Amino acid sequence: MAALLDIRGLSARHGQVEALKRVDLAVSRGEFVLVLGPNGAGKSTLLSAIMGLIPGSGAIRFGDAAVERLSTRARAQRGMIMVPESRGIFGPLSVWENLELGAYLARDHGEVAARRAKVYELFPRLRERESQAAGSLSGGEQQMLAIGRGLMANPTLLMLDEPSLGLAPRIAAEILETLGELNRSGLTILLVEQKAPLALKLAQRAYVLSLGRIAAERTPDQLSSAHDLARFYLA
Amino acid sequence: MTSLASISPERATARRRLPAMLLVACAAIAVIVAFGGYFVTVVCFAAIYALFVSGLNLFMGYTGQVSFGQNAFAALGGYATAVLTTRLHLDPLAALVCGALLSAAIAAAVGYPTLRLRGHYLAMATLALGLIAYEVAVQWNGLTQGYMGISGIPGLGFAGFEIDNERLQAIVLLAIAALGMGAAVRLRRSRFGRALGAIAGSEEAAQALGVDVTRYKLWAFVIAAVYASIAGSLMAQYVGFVSPEVFGLSMVVLGFTMLYVGGIGNVSGPLIGALIVEALPQAVSGLKDYQDLVYGVGLLVILIYAPKGLAAVDRGVPFKPGSKS
Repeated sequence: MAALLDIRGLSARHGQVEALKRVDLAVSRGEFVLVLGPNGAGKSTLLSAIMGLIPGSGAIRFGDAAVERLSTRARAQRGMIMVPESRGIFGPLSVWENLELGAYLARDHGEVAARRAKVYELFPRLRERESQAAGSLSGGEQQMLAIGRGLMANPTLLMLDEPSLGLAPRIAAEILETLGELNRSGLTILLVEQKAPLALKLAQRAYVLSLGRIAAERTPDQLSSAHDLARFYLA
Repeated sequence: MTSLASISPERATARRRLPAMLLVACAAIAVIVAFGGYFVTVVCFAAIYALFVSGLNLFMGYTGQVSFGQNAFAALGGYATAVLTTRLHLDPLAALVCGALLSAAIAAAVGYPTLRLRGHYLAMATLALGLIAYEVAVQWNGLTQGYMGISGIPGLGFAGFEIDNERLQAIVLLAIAALGMGAAVRLRRSRFGRALGAIAGSEEAAQALGVDVTRYKLWAFVIAAVYASIAGSLMAQYVGFVSPEVFGLSMVVLGFTMLYVGGIGNVSGPLIGALIVEALPQAVSGLKDYQDLVYGVGLLVILIYAPKGLAAVDRGVPFKPGSKS
């Protein structure tokens, strides 16, 4: 199957450090792909470079087009949507406004309202908190909002950077299970995550990133033994 | 037609508040008509500053940027009005519009390279703008008459009609300030305003959603410059005189004080802040030698006990020291 996202030799710097070194990665349409790795492995840099938020070198194809020279806005217009680390919630703005910003590139009011209704169906708590400042939500609710805002953009590919970060285990499991549901409904997902055991249950394929390089590409079954995971994390 | 589903909860609240706002406006007019003298002067200056601070609020409060150089654009507006009305005998309203257009053009030209800076670097760059404007006003004697300034500027009015009644001037200035603040409300609730809020929250997250961060920051800077320029023009028309000192660093300090006392990021904050900061010195003037001390302590108490500004107090924000956002 042709890859929806196809990355070849992607390198990027984080300040003076070369955080990504010639990374190759592919995600097929409808797939749930996981990127694992310890702190400082370059996981967040990978997503930022894919979105064009930081400069990088290498080839990035999305669908039929090369996007490595496109602006972040143009990539978002093509359906590449990222939910950043620490959620990137706009704290002083209301939940409603945050969701509206997710559909920033959409012009059809009816379409935006329909997308919002779907998000509320997925996360009913957001409807209850609609007029509340996003900064006043709990960590779990903020993560729901961050994902909901990403969905408002009607993504072809949703990329998430550690959505379980700082959440209680039960809430983190709920959030990851929701991502599984979204994938089963047809959404392509690229997830960067440290909570490997939970995420491996959902993913179809996983990459292990170590010191800016792809150390391994495995199926979840191959990676699910604790010994295997520890070997990559401690490498 | 806008569907009900797309009306924001904030807009619905604003519609419910409209009658109360009209009542406050009527009460303000009644008080202006009933009182006279210094009170009306305070209201006039507060209205002009409310406009100036509304622009600052848009750039700092809504967009999360810093500018210490808005006095440069107030000076542009003030001097444009002074020169165009006294030398070219242009109508004050036309001079105000020319000043605003000139400020917008200069803000766009200067903002394009400057707004690539962030935080303290942006603050220092914008501070330099104000200092450059001051030096130009001092040194360009042929146009600005240096320290002497320009006097004889026609008062508020348009098409040959001049408003010479101070009470009427106060009402007109308040109406202009209300218009400016109303425009700021509409901007804040628009798609553009939400994008500014997103930039204030996280430039990276805003960019990832497709917001053109550089362009919107520049637009916010230009709009804030237009607000400052109109305030500068009105100041020149109301006082009838401009000099470098009128638009000096003290204007920036006063603007910042009003912004934080009123409430940064709050639509009504600029007017509340301007009224308090303009009225407080007069309220404590009876204390003679201690008036500066009491004025300073008064401002400190407000900032400690209402860190989000006085405008936020009625929104259920804890009225206690050190409350965080």
